[in-house]
Amino acid sequence: MLNIHEQESKYAESARKFRKNVDRDLANQELRSNFRGAMDYLMDKRKTAFPEQDELETLRRQAQLIKQRCLLKLPHLLEELEQNLTKNGIHVHWAETPAQANEMIAQLIASKKGKTVVKGKSMVSEETALNDYLEQRDIECLESDMGEFIVQLAKEHPSHIIMPAIHQNKKQVADLFSGNINDFEHTTDVDALIQQGRKTLREKFCNADVGISGVNFAVAETGTLCLVENEGNGRMCTTVPDLHIAITGIEKVVEHMADIPPLLSLLTRSATGQIISTYFNMISSPRKKGEKDGPEEVHLVLLDNGRSQAFADDELRQTLQCIRCGTCMNHCPVYTRIGGHAYGTVYPGPIGKIVSPHMLGLEATSNLPTASSLCGACGEVCPVKIPIPKLLLRLRKESVKPESQQPVIMKGQGSGRTTLEASIWKAWSLVHKVPALYRLSMFMVTRFRFLIPNKLGGWTSVRTAPKPAARTLHERLRERK
Amino acid sequence: MSQLNSQHLRNYPQKPKQVYLYGTCLVDTLFPDTGMDAIEFLEHQGIEVIFPQGQTCCGQPAYNSGYQDEAKAVALQQIKQFPLDIPIVVISGSCGGMMRHHYLELLGDEPEIKSFCDRIFEFTEFLVHSLHIKLEDKGSPERVALHTSCAARREMGVHITGNQLLDQLDNVEVIKHDYESECCGFGGTFAVKHADISAAMVGDKTKNLLNADVVRYVSADHGCMMNINGSLEYQKQSLRGEHIASYLLSRTKEQGGSKC
Repeated sequence: MLNIHEQESKYAESARKFRKNVDRDLANQELRSNFRGAMDYLMDKRKTAFPEQDELETLRRQAQLIKQRCLLKLPHLLEELEQNLTKNGIHVHWAETPAQANEMIAQLIASKKGKTVVKGKSMVSEETALNDYLEQRDIECLESDMGEFIVQLAKEHPSHIIMPAIHQNKKQVADLFSGNINDFEHTTDVDALIQQGRKTLREKFCNADVGISGVNFAVAETGTLCLVENEGNGRMCTTVPDLHIAITGIEKVVEHMADIPPLLSLLTRSATGQIISTYFNMISSPRKKGEKDGPEEVHLVLLDNGRSQAFADDELRQTLQCIRCGTCMNHCPVYTRIGGHAYGTVYPGPIGKIVSPHMLGLEATSNLPTASSLCGACGEVCPVKIPIPKLLLRLRKESVKPESQQPVIMKGQGSGRTTLEASIWKAWSLVHKVPALYRLSMFMVTRFRFLIPNKLGGWTSVRTAPKPAARTLHERLRERK
Repeated sequence: MSQLNSQHLRNYPQKPKQVYLYGTCLVDTLFPDTGMDAIEFLEHQGIEVIFPQGQTCCGQPAYNSGYQDEAKAVALQQIKQFPLDIPIVVISGSCGGMMRHHYLELLGDEPEIKSFCDRIFEFTEFLVHSLHIKLEDKGSPERVALHTSCAARREMGVHITGNQLLDQLDNVEVIKHDYESECCGFGGTFAVKHADISAAMVGDKTKNLLNADVVRYVSADHGCMMNINGSLEYQKQSLRGEHIASYLLSRTKEQGGSKC
């Protein structure tokens, strides 16, 4: 059995293997074509859902302001949320680490002598690797979201935060189902596949002891947990079993109910191009006297897991504006090519690159902020206007900060600094800040251009080496006069 | 895809008598012809072009690598080289974005810095919005594609002006290639640090450009072109990119006239 520390380092280990993972997944043509096709589809859906550029911009600005206001008041709103949830009969638990969250959840399940759990889609429960944790305690935890169900059957992790199984095509899913679902009638028709998967799941819902779900928005003023979903599995998980445990990150709290409509509209349109999701659940209490359904007990686990580190810095705090729509992934040329598993983190893509360093430290994630061409596609589509490229730059800066520089604001700060790279940039700076030295250096480069090697590391594995001109522009213009 | 937003909206000076040219370090050492062409083109418009010999590099390579102090020293040095209150025309959207937007982040928004940033104009936006240029196409008919760099597109909003200029050329048919707005995979040190991801991106970009069946592609950024042309040459393809300054000069010059 893994101990607490091993649990926490699971993703740190896989994030360290980023380069190896990239090699593996870039070479997988089927995987690459699955991602390209899916991302094209999702980008197109989003585009259709936002026909008016002005409306989109207004809405994004509004959502950005809402999230920024809520984050400014975060400690206060969390207290208010706890008070109002408690008033409504929902129990609140605070977890600083994934291990603490898992322990709390396991205890709650044990208090009901629960043996079977159905889970609605929750990325925060992926942060804590809850399935593995419960499995080790002989508790069966079944994923009920179709994508998550597929990923669980394949013994994989989600490759996308909205579409967990987007890395698989229908043929691969059909093969997976034939090996795992009893009486499976082989088909590659997507609807027929989903129907067969749903049938299997439905039987489980009726008998599960516990339902676990995520939360998209937690409303402080009313003590309401909001859950956005398309398959109805979220509603089943939160109404059928006697015990419902919700788990989410502390940044999901919003101040007012009125904050939700713009955020929801942006979330569904950015994520899947839907004007609204099929289900929008608002959970405001356990089953009341005389009610026919609903759980007897409802609990909320609020997880920090590095979020308060991001919160403490004005600029990095913007990371927490994220509403987890995944559209930054859909539009990212890097994600489209390497897919979601290569990152080795729970959250892949551009948002993963800026959120994971807070969860796992900059040392384990040192490859993530640099694995971007800073093209800006993510920042352009982010519904809450997180300046992702700017935050990537900030993380690069923190990663190479000299040890002597205080204050330390991030775990793993300065861990990416190497003496060689630091001295190269020092020399570069010296040459470029003294014009005469620059001109001399460029003079030398052009005169000795025959010495420039034809092989320049990774650059020339697919490109020819750039060739310096015979004379620089500086020189030619000096001679022109 | 990308639309103009408030970051791109600005006041443009009416056609000035003099401008500075910011040549960029890539053009200086690798593609000086482009600098010469840009100057010749502007001079044809009756503008005196000043090229301060003290200019070096905008500082973007260090800035993007997280070495901000090193970038700062270089950036401050650039500002000193352009004392006159005249536009600074930059023949790269990427370096333009660095000096127009990121200098404020790096150096603060004191009046001297701000006035420098406000005077930064990318070459194509300057032609369209300050010169209100009318181009007379003297070249023969051909099909070209336009590659808009990400910085030009998202930081400067100048993919629009690039298209507007090409549209003025009567004999030029501009072909939109697949995934036109997608990054070519350059990204400065990204192409070195994550060479394999960058390679996958430039592989797709060249494929899409080749599929467009054009005689050349045009771009306002030599960084992207160094990447794309290097890949095309490696693949032994004849398609090449040309800087928009050189392209506009060659299209509008009397045929047979010698290049500077």
